Amino acid sequence: MANFSLKVNGKTQEVDVDPSTPMLWVLRDHLKLVGTKFGCGIAQCGACTVHLGDNAVRSCQLPVSAVGEQSITTIEGLSENGDHPVQKAWLEEDVYQCGYCQAGQIMNASAFLKRNPNPTDVEIEDAMNGNICRCGTYTRIKKAIKNASNISNA
Amino acid sequence: MTLIKTTYNRRSFLKSSSLAGGGMILGFSWLASCKPTPEQVSNIPKEWFDINSFLKIGDNGMVTIMSPNPEIGQNVKTSMPMIVADELGVDWKNVIVEQAPLNTDIFQRQLAGGSQSIRAGWSGLRMAGATARHMLVAAAAEAWQVPASEITVKAGVISHNGSDKSASFGEMASKAATMSVPEEVTLKETSDFDIIGTDKRNVDGPNIVTGKPLFGIDIQEEGMMIAMIVHPPAFGMTYKSMDAEAVKSMPGIKNVFPIDVYPEGIERQWSDGGAIDKLVAIVGETTWQCMQAKKALNVEWEKTSPLESTAGHDEALTKLLNTTSKEPARKDGNVASAFKKADKVIERTYSAPFLAHNTMEPMNFYADVTAERALFNGPIQTPEFLEKTLASRLDMPVEKIDIKMSRMGGGFGRRLYGTFGVEAAVISQHMQAPIKLVYTREDDMTQGTYRPTYKVKYKAGLDKDGNLIAWHVKGAGSNDDLLFENRFPAGAVDNYLAEKFSLETNVTTGAWRAPRSNFVAGAEQAFLDEVAEAAGKDPIEFRLELFDRAIKAPVGDPEKNDYDPSRYAGVLKLVKEKSGWDGSQKNGAARGVSAYYCHNSYVAQVLDLSTDTKSPKVTKVWCAVDCGIVINPMAAKNQIEGGIIDGIGHATYSEMTFENGIPQHKNFDTYRLIRHKEAPKEIETYFVDNGIDPTGLGEPSLPPIIGALANALYKATGQRHYNQPFITEKSVIG
Repeated sequence: MANFSLKVNGKTQEVDVDPSTPMLWVLRDHLKLVGTKFGCGIAQCGACTVHLGDNAVRSCQLPVSAVGEQSITTIEGLSENGDHPVQKAWLEEDVYQCGYCQAGQIMNASAFLKRNPNPTDVEIEDAMNGNICRCGTYTRIKKAIKNASNISNA
Repeated sequence: MTLIKTTYNRRSFLKSSSLAGGGMILGFSWLASCKPTPEQVSNIPKEWFDINSFLKIGDNGMVTIMSPNPEIGQNVKTSMPMIVADELGVDWKNVIVEQAPLNTDIFQRQLAGGSQSIRAGWSGLRMAGATARHMLVAAAAEAWQVPASEITVKAGVISHNGSDKSASFGEMASKAATMSVPEEVTLKETSDFDIIGTDKRNVDGPNIVTGKPLFGIDIQEEGMMIAMIVHPPAFGMTYKSMDAEAVKSMPGIKNVFPIDVYPEGIERQWSDGGAIDKLVAIVGETTWQCMQAKKALNVEWEKTSPLESTAGHDEALTKLLNTTSKEPARKDGNVASAFKKADKVIERTYSAPFLAHNTMEPMNFYADVTAERALFNGPIQTPEFLEKTLASRLDMPVEKIDIKMSRMGGGFGRRLYGTFGVEAAVISQHMQAPIKLVYTREDDMTQGTYRPTYKVKYKAGLDKDGNLIAWHVKGAGSNDDLLFENRFPAGAVDNYLAEKFSLETNVTTGAWRAPRSNFVAGAEQAFLDEVAEAAGKDPIEFRLELFDRAIKAPVGDPEKNDYDPSRYAGVLKLVKEKSGWDGSQKNGAARGVSAYYCHNSYVAQVLDLSTDTKSPKVTKVWCAVDCGIVINPMAAKNQIEGGIIDGIGHATYSEMTFENGIPQHKNFDTYRLIRHKEAPKEIETYFVDNGIDPTGLGEPSLPPIIGALANALYKATGQRHYNQPFITEKSVIG
């Protein structure tokens, strides 16, 4: 066990955990931030996507010891009032069915749009390919990302 | 005007006057779930009035509607309350939706499965709303001393036609709650619906996009520990022994012990299918600690039955299809003599593998069992059945068992089998503490209750004019006999024979989104395409001819035919029109068509594949649906789109195989699910507007799309595809 001081959603939080513990479980079990989801545990489904700095990463493969000074943003901290352009676009398109994978989809899409504010369809598909949705909401996700890029650029 | 008796489950209409304490509780839960604006906070009702068990009205007119059925992503938490709200006559923006707890005394069929929630709930939900409306009207009539017949209700306002008297629901709620329950109520005309048939966004949307704890796996309770299981590595094996001492002393680990989940004498329900009777439980402080312990633990297993392999299953199914059943499932005319007379005879065999459900939220359940009572919370499609098994396993009356239903991160049939709930109960009882059982993805994917593996052989005879004169189908599956013998084309062909067989295996199987239909529709619709081609006919015209036959001169007892040929033909004609189908390949795209009826709804689809790239891509799907009245078009289309993408994905990429009883895929690195790049670029959905009572949508769009895909692949590649997943036949899509 070791002490780590983490910057999560703009707040500094202390945890005492085994250094190998993935951020996914630090967030869910220790910090009670359960918006980040467990899907596969091997970085294949994207349900656990969070931002490390400005980059979308799979928190199930990110040991707490590797985070250091970098800031972590989870779905709970993406916006203060749930009004990030990507969240608004998701609501507008009524994207979700079961909803379980959507936090990961939203975190991946928001990091992607920051890098590429005017993506083509192919760029969206490439960027989102690591996020599985078992309900099959892919066409709505793509539409929502396009809408979000318009919202951000408006 | 429809008058209906309110005797339908009379206990549901409990009367009650003001509930100050209850009001506060509801107020808080509303705050927690909806993140209200400051203006809404000031509008929180001081008093809530129970009108009936489905709804409560606040003194400010806010209406809370209980959503009775489990939510697995089929959106019933929005659509079922819409039905109540429309009959009640409330403005949708003043409705708060809450998930009802399991209470079989009050609510009927609290189950998610078979695409039946809306169909089964329709009358009861309408009556609940209409009863409350009648009581509000009766209260106003008494207060104003006017006849009830002169009172109208609209958007939460009660008005007297002959005067300027009016009152909001909130003002009349306390009086309405004291009125007697009417013996009969008038339902709205369908043409007067103002909520049903309009787009309403998912009531949980704001919670989903902000990551609120909605799902079973998100449950956190005081003093709760994490539990995991270790199950046998192969079907045909069971627990023998283990040396857990070293693992017990790992950090955070509280206990490691074998559990007898289903000892002898336990009364099992159908929902206990796929149960693994003996397991090892690991209980610890955190999930990661349990995962580490799971890796370190050495368990010895022993063989109890044959260790099966995919090659063996395949061989056994082929063998079954080469036998003759003693009693055919259906027989019209004489196929043997018709085949002799036929100008052309075509015979083809189709197959599909086992499939895992792979809900994105792995199985999990919260349990807190003491000697006095047992509390549960989690994702379950069949809470009523789970409660019965728990009562037997814990030797406790159902009154002492309380099950809350969390939102589910997908169902697809997997959470019909609540054995994980029983496991959680046994672990909590052993620990004498609250626990949350969580499966890893590997536990989840290798646990069983798979979609069965199937094979089906079709043989069709055509006369010299290209008319279908004989149809012989033989179907077989693992622990399942596949066929619906009275579905199309039964009733549309003079000589018809259906034989079905079941192969007993120890690989456990269960319902998987659109059971049986999820394979047989694609096979049948691909075969029909080939038969139409042999007949030299357009595939849509060929099908329409058959429906015409079933309408005008059905073969056999028309009551027995399990479909309405007119509605079937209706969706085909609609999709033909919308897709501009003329038998040609539009804009260089390869087109396929398909139609199927299951779960009481009719679906026809046209699918376009692009042929200008190295691997074909699904560019567009047109879908025509007849499910009667559409409650919430925006959400209905979402179900249709999801079923289409799900069907394309599983038919193309997914399979579960076995070697010596061991599942060969354990996670998404080798078990392939459809991803963004491979999904259709565009889906257009059209509904038949016929005012018929609504039927389900969670499943019906999946089965036929596999046929449309196979037929388009043939146009694109020149190859027919007989064996799923299609990717093994070298057609890479996307």
